[in-house]
This record gives sequence, structure tokens and C-alpha cells, in this order.
Amino acid sequence: MYEQFKARAEAVGAEVSRFQTRAVAIDFIAGFLQREGVADAPHCHALWAESPFLDGIDRRKLSAVAGVKFQVTRELAAEARFGISQMEWALADTGTLAQDSSAIQQRLVSSLPTIHIALVPTSGLLPDMPALLTRMNPAECGYIAMITGPSRTADIERVLTIGVHGPKRLVIVFVDELGGAC
Amino acid sequence: MGTEFKESIRKAVNNADMTGALGKFSEAYKVNRAKAYEGIDFEELRGRIAEIKSTAASQLEQLSELFQQNATARGATVFRTDDPATVREYILQVAKAHGVRTVVKSKSMATEEIHLNPFLEQAGISVCETDLGEWIIQLAGQTPSHMVMPAIHMTKEEVSDLFSKEVNERLTSDIPRLVEVARNELRPRFLAADMGISGGNIAVAESGSIVLMTNEGNARLVTSLPKIHIVLVGVEKLIAHYADIATILKALPRSATGQLLTSYVSIITGPTANCDGSMKELHIILMDNRRSQMAADPKFRQALQCIRCACCLNVCPIFRLVGGHVFGKVYTGGIGTILTAWFDELKQSEEIQGLCIQCGACKKLCPGKIDIPELIMEIRRRLVREQGVPLLQKAIYAVVNNRRLFHGMLRAASLASKPFATGTFIRHLPLFLAELTDGRSLPTIAAEPFRDRFQKIRQPECGEKAAFYAGCLMDFAYPEMGEALVRILNRAGIQVIFPQGQSCCGAPARYNGAYESAAESAMDNIRALLAEEVTWVVSACPTCTVALDREFIGMLEETGQSEWLSRARELAAKTIDFSTLVTRLVAEGRLTLKEGKEGGVITYHDSCHLKRTLKVWEEPRELLRKAGYELQELVECDSCCGMGGSYSLKLPEISAPILQRKLKNIRESGAQTVAMDCPGCVMQIRGGMDQAGDSIRVRHTVELLMERLEE
Repeated sequence: MYEQFKARAEAVGAEVSRFQTRAVAIDFIAGFLQREGVADAPHCHALWAESPFLDGIDRRKLSAVAGVKFQVTRELAAEARFGISQMEWALADTGTLAQDSSAIQQRLVSSLPTIHIALVPTSGLLPDMPALLTRMNPAECGYIAMITGPSRTADIERVLTIGVHGPKRLVIVFVDELGGAC
Repeated sequence: MGTEFKESIRKAVNNADMTGALGKFSEAYKVNRAKAYEGIDFEELRGRIAEIKSTAASQLEQLSELFQQNATARGATVFRTDDPATVREYILQVAKAHGVRTVVKSKSMATEEIHLNPFLEQAGISVCETDLGEWIIQLAGQTPSHMVMPAIHMTKEEVSDLFSKEVNERLTSDIPRLVEVARNELRPRFLAADMGISGGNIAVAESGSIVLMTNEGNARLVTSLPKIHIVLVGVEKLIAHYADIATILKALPRSATGQLLTSYVSIITGPTANCDGSMKELHIILMDNRRSQMAADPKFRQALQCIRCACCLNVCPIFRLVGGHVFGKVYTGGIGTILTAWFDELKQSEEIQGLCIQCGACKKLCPGKIDIPELIMEIRRRLVREQGVPLLQKAIYAVVNNRRLFHGMLRAASLASKPFATGTFIRHLPLFLAELTDGRSLPTIAAEPFRDRFQKIRQPECGEKAAFYAGCLMDFAYPEMGEALVRILNRAGIQVIFPQGQSCCGAPARYNGAYESAAESAMDNIRALLAEEVTWVVSACPTCTVALDREFIGMLEETGQSEWLSRARELAAKTIDFSTLVTRLVAEGRLTLKEGKEGGVITYHDSCHLKRTLKVWEEPRELLRKAGYELQELVECDSCCGMGGSYSLKLPEISAPILQRKLKNIRESGAQTVAMDCPGCVMQIRGGMDQAGDSIRVRHTVELLMERLEE
């Protein structure tokens, strides 16, 4: 399913990688942020929303990268260059990520910044949307969010253009070690 | 049709930017749609959608009730009303109660339907559309021309002019730069807005959920950043079950834009907390506005199966030429014509219903399985019932139904048209009739119609008989086609009889909603064609075949002539189109065609009624191949030629460019001969080739087979 997901997600402009351990994934993300010019300044910082990925790891290693913040506010999100969050599910047949977005912080980091980095447990791969809907119950989630590639439009002369109101880049990072989805 | 309406059509077809954009899009759409549906059983999928939606439409009241209960239990405020004015007032009251000054909106056709923006602005509230296309047309002071792509009629230069004014800076027409400008301009408005207003793609009764899809991400911001969110949905968006979301979402993006899924899908169930910890205020308005009446109408209830993908616009040969604005201010295209007749009023659809050429392209691809052409026919029918048939048309049908008079006039016309004729064509007509020969020549009326020539044909004695139903064009314009048919059937041991009592099949009356006239034609022809015992009633005109095969029954049912039904069914059972009959005769070894490749390269044009109503397309191709022709497929082989019976007379300004596109495709096929199974298409395409001075031969299949009969 991973290969199918990767092909479908890349076809709509997402960037997909996969790592075995959290440690390697952290190195990748830290490297990515630095390469892309993360800094502790408006329009340069990264905002990391609450996610199971962060549970029990040493955040100091991440905080050491200047400009990575964990306190999500509306104001910080509006000025963030990077938003990082964990998406629980990945749908192989459309290259879609899905998440319980009831907490607004999850939506802020995935909709306002220029680049959204999405962490996904590899075990969260599902074949398709029917499989997702049996797992996500609207009685428990007030806001279910699905994301397929970066924000796009073709409203001017049908020319596909990336990044209108949402992120211009979607960087998807699968982590095998994350185990079962929440 | 009024002159104002005609003028709007003329303007649209002469807008090269728009027709260019729509033409390019419709080509790309077909490819992208087909690719998106690869590996999916579309018929099975749309069967399920039709089932889900029609069940919901039959339970609108219960589902609304259930939705209200469930959404209310989750903390939303649900307001139900029939009336657009009450919706506007409700939204204004919520806004006033919270001191709302600014609103951001994500795209919603329901708000367009009730003209919400001007109402709120008049009350001093600033409303900002955030979907890029909607924002463009808001800045331009226009209305959407397409349900999915509201600004498809505008060029990047026009957009650049609008944006330049908005940001007070001279911008180039670089599209990514323009999109960036929109992002930067709208972002602060999202953040500052007091209220967000959205539509809904689906409303789920059992969970009280609203489903929203966008590509740009604006709906996520509209539903997340302001502290108040108002959802306006028409009750036709209700479905019973949460799991059925997946079924609809499998078709909607594929049929709308050829995407597997839109970039964003949100399923919202009840309010969620704002950033400051307070609870969002969520209002959901379920609007009826005549939808329940529609659901109670046995014919129109199926229109509620629409999922608003706009596929019927994208594949419509007329929409591609005229764009959306000719249709009106809100809903456009095929389904838009139907929705306008209901949500606005029947009268509003009086002119736009005439735009439909009844080619059936939309019906074949509608994911809600709606018979859009049939419903537009029903609008015509009801308009005629309400207002009567216009006097001139009434006089025409009276003539057509009086066989002796009609045929007498055609014979007279044969003489009268002589001064304008050059060989077998009329290239120019004087005065107001000139439009009829604009872009195509008309055939001259035959000096001797088929019904007279027939009596001179010597036929061998055969054991089996078939009645030939010629139809007006073969009888009076192309008698040689009829003669070829007789000789081919004779060769297979079938004697052809020509009942002289046959007359017009009634299609012109039927397509104009004059069902009584059409029913009279049906009775005359049934009488004539069943008078003598025959194995088959064969026709080489697909429109006539459809009339004999099913429309006679329909017209007689519609007009309550039930005593005629058994005979109409008897006729239908014997009716067969020319190519299907010959295919059988060849398969049975009763007829042999010359083999080998000596026939040369030809291409084939599919006639609307043959392909999409009678579902015949392989048969003529196979026959032509067997007869030694090498078949080179035609681009857009099954798109309409623009003839549409009397359509080309009523709307020549639309018919002509459709024809030009067909001619271009035929030329580009490289073949020197184009075959088709309909004398109407022959009239249109042959006339077009003649007017263009083109030497490509335009032939009915019956003529080409005649050339290749084994001696």
C-alpha cells in the first residue's frame, strides 16, 4: 500500500519519504527545516502541533534547531513558514492523509503555513475512503480533515497553480516505528 | 426566442477568448475524466449514487428532521425554511446579534441562488468571496458562469486588470503571480473576519455532519478562523448514511475536474473550540426553496440526484460555445436549465430550454444518472401546456400532420427553390432565410420524391417483406438513399413495401413540446405501417427509428391515447434500424459484401440518436469494414454535428460553429469519405462541406454499402 500511496500522492505534488525510526525521522525533519531556512523570526519559524510522535522523545534535540516552537497560537501560525502535525491515516488509492482535526491547533499548522510537514505512522495506511470512514466516527470527531497534496487552483484560465490559500508544499514523512494509529 | 436572448448568444459565440478557453477545457476534461475513472465500474458506481440520492429525495422531510435532531444534539443550531427571503433575514439577524462587520465566504451555489451577497452588503456588512474564481467575479461585478469554475469565461489579462485595481499596482498577467496576489490579499481578511459562510457538498442525516470539499483550502480557513460559521445547504444535499459519503466522493471530484479527490475534504459535525477556548457558534440552514415540490413531481424528482459536479456543462456541445452567462445568473448548463425552472420559475427557463440540442452527451456521463435531455423536454412540454404552442408553429404542425397538404407543399417547394439551386444544393437564400444557408448549403427538394420513384422500382418476388419508413428527408431530399436500401434488402431476399400513408414521424413537434401533434403523427403512421403484414419495419433515419421504436408509445401515453398502445408496441417490436438489420442479414449469410481493401479510407460520424439512444455504433463500422472500407476513427466521433432537426433552423448561430468543429475533425482524419447513418447529419455535414468548397464525400452507410454489394 505504501508504494501505491507514494505514487498517488506524488502525482498530486506531495513529497513522500519513509523512515524506520523516530530518531532518523527527526534528523530528516531537522535537516529539512535548516535547508529551507528555518529561523526564529516571523515568516521563518516552524510550529509543531501536539502529536503522538512527540510523546516520550527528547524535545531538546528539536528545540536546539532555532525557530522550532511547540506552542500553537493563531498569531504564530499565521506567521509560520512551517507547520508540523501528525496525520493518523493515509489512503493508498488517492494519496490522501486524514486526521481528527477537532483541535483547532491541528488545523492551524496544516492550513496557514507555507509548508506543511505531515508525520504518518506507516501502520495508518488504509486502502481507501470506505476503510477510513469505518475507523473515523463523527460521533467522536467534530472535524475530520482529509488532505491530498498541496493547495491548488485552476481558476485562472484552467492553469494548475499550487498554493492558493493553503500550504504550497506538503511533505509527508512515514515513520514505521510509530506503530498503531491513535 | 427574444432578440435580447439571441443577442446574448451572438455575443457569446463571438467571444473568442471564452469559446477558446471552453473548447480547450472540454477537450482536456474528457481525457482527464476518463483517466480518473480508470479501473472503476462507472455504471455500477452511478447506480449506487442514484439509489442513495433518490432514496434521500423520497424522504426529504424525515431526513431533514433527523439531521436537525442529530446536529442540534452536537451543539449546532439548525434552521429550516422553504423561503429564500427568510434565509437572508436569518443570516442577517445572526450577524447583527454578534456585531458582525466582515464575512468571508467559501463557494456556495445556494447563497448565489438566494442572492445573499448584495443583501448583506446593503445591510452594511462587507462580504468577501475567497474561492479564487468567485473572488474574481465578485471584483468584476459578475455572476458565475460555471458551477465548479465560476470565472472560466475570463482571461488572465482581465484578471490582471481587476487585481491591479484592487492592490493599486500594475500587475502582469503571470498566473502564479496573480494567484500569489490573491493569497496575500485574502489572508488578512480570513484572519480578521467575524463570520464565515459556507455551503455544503453533502449533509448526513444520521450523524448531523456537513461535508465540504475544496482545492484551494479556503473552506478550511472559513470554517476555522472566524468564531461564527454559517452553513447554507439545499435539502437535496441530504443523504441518510455517513458511509455513503465515500460513494459520492468517489464520483464527485472525478466527474467535476478529473481529480481522484480534491485537495481538502472536511467533515464537520457540531461546533469545535476556537483558539481562545470558547466554543464556535455553528448555524446550519437547511433550505427547501421548492425542492420538496420537485421531489413530489414524478418526472422531476430525479433532478435531486444531482451531486453538482457540472459534468453536464463540460460535455455539452452548446455550453462549450455559449458559456454560462447565456443561461442566466445562477445555475447554468443542462442541469442549470432544470434547476432554474424550479428554483426560480418555469417562465425563466422559457428561452434557455431551447438551447438543448438533445444530443444526449450529458445523460451518458451523469454520475447521478439523471436523464437531463428528457427533463428539458418535459420543461418544453409544460411550457406548451401553460402557454400553448406559438401560432406559427401550430400552423406548421397542422400542415405536417396533414400529409396531403404537407407533401403537396414540399412538391411545390421543389419548384419554388429552383431559382436558388445549383445542382443538388441551395447555397444562398434571400432575406431572413439567409441564416439557414449560413455555413452550410441546403439540399434541393428532389424533383421526384422517393414515394413516386418507389413505384417504378422493379423488385424480385421474395418470400419475406419489410416495410420501409423513409422519413421526410429520404423521401423528399435523398430518394437515392431509399432506392439503395430497397436494392440491398432485395439482394437478401426481402421485398420492400412502401406504405404511402406514412408521414412525418412527429419529431419536430415532440422536440418542441407539442405532444398532441406528435401523438397524431404517431397514430397516422401506426395505421399506415401496420396495414400490411411484414417481418420488419426498417428505417435508415435514427431519429425516425427512435420515434417508431419508443417515442410513439411515449407520446400516446403522455396524451392518454391508451387504446393505441398495443398497436404502438406491435410496431415497436418490428422496428429496426438499417445497419442493425443488415448486420443480421450478413450474419445469417443472406447478404455478401465485397471484401478486400478497395473501398479506400473512410471515417465514421456517430449520430446522436443511433449511438446514445439506440446504442448502435459497432454495427455500421463492422459493415463498412466488411464491405472493404478502411476505417480511420474520427476525433470526437460521437459529438453532435449541430443539426438537431429544427434546432439548426432556430439557432443557426450555435448550430454553425458546432458544424465547423465537426468539419475540421473530419478533414483532420485524412479520409476522403465520411460515413454516417442519419440523413439529417448528411444534410448538415454535406451542406457544410459544399459551402466550404470541400471535396470530401459525405455518405449515408446505405450508399456506401450499395457501392460494395457482391454481384
